Amino acid sequence: MAEMSIALNRFGLGARPGDDPDGDPRDWLNRQLARYVAAPPAMSGQPASTALVAQFAAYREDLAKLRKATPPPMQASPALPPRPAAAMPPMIEQPPIVQVGEDPAERLRKQFGQQSRDLYNGAVTARALAAIQSPAPFGERLVHFWANHFAVSGDKMEVTNLAGAFEFEAIRPHVMGSFRDMLFAVERHPAMLLFLDQAVSVGPNSPLAVRVGNRPNVRRNLGLNENLAREILELHTLGVRTGYTQTDVTEFARAMTGWTVAGFGRGPVAKFTGATGRPGDFVFADAMHEPGTRTILGKQWTLPGEAQAAAVLEYLATHPATARHLATKLARHFAGDDPPPKLIARLEANFVKTGGDLPSLYRTLIASPECWAPGTVKFKSPWEWSISAMRAVGTQQLQPNAVPGLLYQLGQPVWKPGSPAGWDDVAGAWAGPDAVLRRVEAVERIAQRTRDQIDPRARAAELFPDTLSPATAQAIARAESNSQGVALMLVAPEFLRR
Amino acid sequence: MMLHRRQLLAAGATALLVSPLGARMAFAAAPTERRFVFLIQRGAADGLGIVAPVGDPAYAGARGDLAADFATAPKLDGMFALHPAMPNLAGLYQAKQALFVHAVASPYRDRSHFDGQNVLETGGVSAYQLKDGWMNRLLRLLPSGDKAIALAATVPMALRGAVEVASYAPSSLPDASDDLLARVTAMYEGDRQLHPLWQEAMATRMLTGDLGSDGGKKAADTGTLAAKLLSAPGGARIAMIETGGWDTHSGQRGRLGGQLKGLDAMVAALKAGLGPHWDNTLVVVATEFGRTVKANGTGGTDHGTGSVAMLLGGAVQGGRVQADWPGLSDAALYEGRDLKPTTALDVLIASAVSSHFALAPARTAKALFPAMTTAAAMEGLVRV
Repeated sequence: MAEMSIALNRFGLGARPGDDPDGDPRDWLNRQLARYVAAPPAMSGQPASTALVAQFAAYREDLAKLRKATPPPMQASPALPPRPAAAMPPMIEQPPIVQVGEDPAERLRKQFGQQSRDLYNGAVTARALAAIQSPAPFGERLVHFWANHFAVSGDKMEVTNLAGAFEFEAIRPHVMGSFRDMLFAVERHPAMLLFLDQAVSVGPNSPLAVRVGNRPNVRRNLGLNENLAREILELHTLGVRTGYTQTDVTEFARAMTGWTVAGFGRGPVAKFTGATGRPGDFVFADAMHEPGTRTILGKQWTLPGEAQAAAVLEYLATHPATARHLATKLARHFAGDDPPPKLIARLEANFVKTGGDLPSLYRTLIASPECWAPGTVKFKSPWEWSISAMRAVGTQQLQPNAVPGLLYQLGQPVWKPGSPAGWDDVAGAWAGPDAVLRRVEAVERIAQRTRDQIDPRARAAELFPDTLSPATAQAIARAESNSQGVALMLVAPEFLRR
Repeated sequence: MMLHRRQLLAAGATALLVSPLGARMAFAAAPTERRFVFLIQRGAADGLGIVAPVGDPAYAGARGDLAADFATAPKLDGMFALHPAMPNLAGLYQAKQALFVHAVASPYRDRSHFDGQNVLETGGVSAYQLKDGWMNRLLRLLPSGDKAIALAATVPMALRGAVEVASYAPSSLPDASDDLLARVTAMYEGDRQLHPLWQEAMATRMLTGDLGSDGGKKAADTGTLAAKLLSAPGGARIAMIETGGWDTHSGQRGRLGGQLKGLDAMVAALKAGLGPHWDNTLVVVATEFGRTVKANGTGGTDHGTGSVAMLLGGAVQGGRVQADWPGLSDAALYEGRDLKPTTALDVLIASAVSSHFALAPARTAKALFPAMTTAAAMEGLVRV
């Protein structure tokens, strides 16, 4: 039936052969809310952000030491300084490419770069496997939705290794919880604090700034950075043009000073600020905090210390503008690029009523007729298309660089949107001539790996119950081989959309 | 020489993903000898760190460390100096082929990148008010038969609109077999969205097979590639190059220096590649808004308002900095923190483009920036 096609493709991540979503499509989706697993087997073995930050901090220290003690040129390289094994996250050991006489600092840099690539590839592969294998693809789609809403971008060096851990630690555990809890987990996660410069934002009248200011011979860049405060208001909660002002941004940035990451400060500064502790943990550094009452969104925020910004976040988490912003984005994701106002209003009202209970929002989506409009309403992003293609051909295992490479070529490198706004969720962002051509190029390789083992006519009927168009069915039936038929199926108009 | 499409694509791929400018390009063809390139700096480029008002008494104090690069910078006039990472642009200035217009801004006055870029690209007065881009509307003013192509996986907003714009972008995927392509063509025949997209993709595939070959790794290769497509007989005459990485909230000195070095190399390669066509070329470089006058606490600057725009090319009446300079004293700043805009970027673009293509100024302004309030066009920007 056509509605099952919508449940599988628009709400889910595309059908898998042998999937048996019997019964009512809405029941099938509702059951997934309970079936969703925050930490699926594909993710076991992924290093925690604390280990990754420790590793990065140790790398930076080692590099600084090596650079200080630069040996004279042409001297043989000394061995790398040993690191305590406990500080290292599990990873694939890759011996660096060493040239005779190579500078040890350069060698360390290369080694770290290779480890970073391995970690990134491993995390992306884990994400893809979870999506391909999941019995709750609707839940996995929501993970991808929220990770994009709270986007960090791994093209900033401090964030490269942390982007995967960010999704696994701050997004996944809260997808079936409350928006408030996800918001707090996100804004306290080292990846976000580092990505949007919050970790180094210092109140101009904080004890640290005052102390440094008293030593005119010490030149340090210390001061306020409003990057995260602005994006919380603009992207994470209220949404742009919802009435907050530049003064609100600056005041909120002042309130947030002190929210930082342990393990990044160097010796005396870290001791003074109190930003010590297990590297990667959230820490509130009172010495960096701007003292005093703040005025934000017309309200006085009098609480001292960490509680000040926390109180603002609490307020933002359930603000009516936040409800409207999130309702609009969810509606766009499930009902089309120009979402119906009635659906937005319904989601908004539900968010306000529950105070941001996410499963209630999902149940509202499932129950809303606007999300079940016949035909297709969305052009798939490269990620959605790739995952659905791999599900369609029954992919079980992945080469370590297969998914990262594919998404890079299709123009949507995973966790690297380049901007805190994340990837666009409208057809205009993805339905370009070259973008479609690249999918056609990629699909020939994916199809060749099926080695003519799939009957594309039967598979297409299974993937698109009652919705396969005659033109697609004919193109597949006339293919010169099973592989070519699979390729045509995966770039068919109904497969590019959902 | 027949050159393989993939070599062209590979050149772009590197430019897109490895170049510090993160450049992507879009092209449009028009039956004219005049070439026009719009180079967008996404992320809010710091105009005060690019063309620095070193003669302003408040400059050194406000900028602190960020002013240090200008100790050795080439002076443009009694007030301004050019960032030393751009020797080629300094040379263009000497040759009167570079015009810097300072304290410019689009009509957008808030500080969101995404809204600001939307205004800059659509030519509206507020974000999402217009649904198409001013470059697309420019194509409609040029002689008919014009075709546009985006050298990016998707078409940037400035080029989106009623005139068909194809896209073309870097890829190192293997070519799909001709048989599969033919079958896909047939399968998309009845699809209203995919059929025209696919026609464009196939047309571009045919065209670019004859053009490019540069295996490029840096921003310069993006410039060379753009020049190649702009030089081809019957090829593109209008291009858009997207660059990112200008959002320098921290560590600005090193980052901006690297960005400007890449920009300088890209422009130099574009000039070299265009050869004699450079004389007929106008390049407009602009950003969505500027950055704060005072350095922030992390060696960078935050989102601001006024910035600098550049007009480059053999067609430009350059060799000067044009600015109704508002000053950097605290009282002179916009909202107490930003360079106050005194020149409208939309007037600048409309004036430069209309004289470059010999279009009626008023009609061009109305088409490109429908809500533009300033009536007077700026004179003497381009040699006609």
